[in-house]
Amino acid sequence: MRTADLIQFNLHLLLRQWFRTLMILLATAVGVAAVLLLTGLGEGARRFVLDEFSLLGQDTLILLPGRKETTGGLPPLTGEGTRDITLDDVDALSRLPGIEMVAPLIVGNAQVYVGGRNREIVTLGTSARFFELRQLSMQQGQALPDIPLQQAGAVCVIGPEVRRELFGTQRALGEWIRVGDRRFRVIGIVEDRGESLGMDVSNQVILPVASAQQIFNTQGMFRVLLKVRAGASIERSRERVIELMQQRHGGERDVTLITQDALLGAFTDILGLLTLSVAAIAAISLVVAGILIMNITLISVSQRTAEIGLLKALGASAALVRLLFISEALMLSAFGALIGIISGYALLWLGHSIWPQFPVTVPLWALSGSLIIALGVATLFAWLPASRAARLAPVQALKGEVHDA
Amino acid sequence: MIVLEQLCKTYHLGGESVHALDHLDLQIAAGDYLSVMGPSGSGKSTLLNMLGLLDTPDSGHYRLEQQEMSALGEEQRAQIRNHKIGFVFQAYHLIDRLNARENIELPLILTGVPPRERRTRVDELLERLGLSRHAAHHPHQLSGGQRQRVAIARAVIRRPALLLADEPTGNLDSHSGAEVIGLLEELNGEGITLLVVTHDPAMGKRARRQLWMQDGQLISDTRNRDSGDPDANR
Ligand SMILES: Nc1ncnc2c1ncn2[C@@H]1O[C@H](COP(=O)(O)OP(=O)(O)OP(=O)(O)O)[C@@H](O)[C@H]1O
Ligand SMILES: [Mg+2]
Repeated sequence: MRTADLIQFNLHLLLRQWFRTLMILLATAVGVAAVLLLTGLGEGARRFVLDEFSLLGQDTLILLPGRKETTGGLPPLTGEGTRDITLDDVDALSRLPGIEMVAPLIVGNAQVYVGGRNREIVTLGTSARFFELRQLSMQQGQALPDIPLQQAGAVCVIGPEVRRELFGTQRALGEWIRVGDRRFRVIGIVEDRGESLGMDVSNQVILPVASAQQIFNTQGMFRVLLKVRAGASIERSRERVIELMQQRHGGERDVTLITQDALLGAFTDILGLLTLSVAAIAAISLVVAGILIMNITLISVSQRTAEIGLLKALGASAALVRLLFISEALMLSAFGALIGIISGYALLWLGHSIWPQFPVTVPLWALSGSLIIALGVATLFAWLPASRAARLAPVQALKGEVHDA
Repeated sequence: MIVLEQLCKTYHLGGESVHALDHLDLQIAAGDYLSVMGPSGSGKSTLLNMLGLLDTPDSGHYRLEQQEMSALGEEQRAQIRNHKIGFVFQAYHLIDRLNARENIELPLILTGVPPRERRTRVDELLERLGLSRHAAHHPHQLSGGQRQRVAIARAVIRRPALLLADEPTGNLDSHSGAEVIGLLEELNGEGITLLVVTHDPAMGKRARRQLWMQDGQLISDTRNRDSGDPDANR
């Protein structure tokens, strides 16, 4: 039988029983779309995290107040410490051997005013080191000046997004803005690197750390970023940092030091779990589709017994009869998978257009895997009923009796 | 053309065995026209199914065009059914979802004949059987006589050597029944060996050779006098 004829023959059948066709298409499509959607999101999350931390680099340590690493779960990201990490601590840390540079970090939301406009903007308090550490380049002007940490300068650097929002097309460099109740002169605008959110400075205002301390009325650092000197052991430096902090905090270990590896490891664990549950959901929906296909093929075989007998009388071999039923199931699940792929990608695309920072890519293994599973399940589950049809003896089948030969 | 030797088929129903075919011997010459009659349950359909390779005998031999059929596997039997044998059933056995043309070309589709060749062959046949107007009609849009003619077209689209009809007029009124028989006889006139099972004695008499069955055995085998020498074309 020619492939085109086979497809047309099956199409006749599928269109005639459009309701059951629709149900199977739906089940298969849901299964395939679920796989694409969830792996797409999972992979997106993984890339997102990787992107974020790759900015910092392997040799960067993050110090935060509070000690929470004993649980073995996610490292603390909120950081309500018992004792503050002060600017003096930061100075002491920067004198440690093996540490190349240290950047303090205070983060908060502040009301920012320019002329008549005002916006609530994420405000960072840090030092010139931060620009080196994050390798931020300037679109205009310059980075924060290299002044003592304790000195509150009246200058700021803003992200390109902030510039657009506050100044529109007007000149921003050299203008004054008010953050909270203090005035700062814009001395630089950061280059837009199109980075993802969270660590993205494009919609942030960056102030000298001492100024931020005053605005937010706080002494303690939110984070301290430490860069290990090239060639120095990360592990040794880590121990030195912990020791120093313990010593300075009266013998108490009340800080957490995380490395990129540790953080990524934790994320990878979570994402692995996510991927596993995705696989489970997908497997379940595809097996449901498979069982539907089996039932419906069984029903189809018994309803079409006389037709099978006729086809055999007209010269269809057992192999051809089996092929007819299996190809029907295969066509169904291929269509369903196609619909699933289209809708899965459409939803991912929709998500991406709503939240552009989030990278959505479906890994190839998920795409091909879900397709193979959908088709495999269809073949597997249609095989039994199809073989049953193939075995029917022509005489009995013509009388419409279902007996296994 | 056809030689049956000591063909047996026994069914077992609740401890009782029914000899549907009981050591049956039969020879059929190519191009002949036979009718098979007999009381209900005498084995007429069973005989037809054996000849059409729809059923397998318990013992005995069946040679079709010098080829031993009992030895063949299912695939080869399917091939022979497709190429050499046409069936016409009492219940038409048309596929409802396909129109007349699609039903007729089914045997060609099954063996992968290309669409263009199919089209010319079906068109030709539709024309000849006066069915051209109904090519796009589905079985439920056709009368019984028209359905049976579509079924006959399907049976002969392959130009088989042997045409088997099991009570082809059983579901038809006398007028369309006569039409159907006329058509079958016309096909026989073109050289197709025709075997018709019927309960209608008038119809049975029209055949050149008339078989009478009872309890799985041939009890009479007569030939119309005007049909010439019985052994002429064996
Ligand atoms: N599948 C079967 N199982 C059991 N017995 C069967 C089967 N098929 C046929 N028979 C029996 O074999 C015998 C011959 O049946 P067959 O159908 O050949 O009769 P027939 O001459 O065609 O009768 P009718 O004129 O009623 O069609 C009958 O007694 C019937 O009951
Ligand atoms: Mg019968």
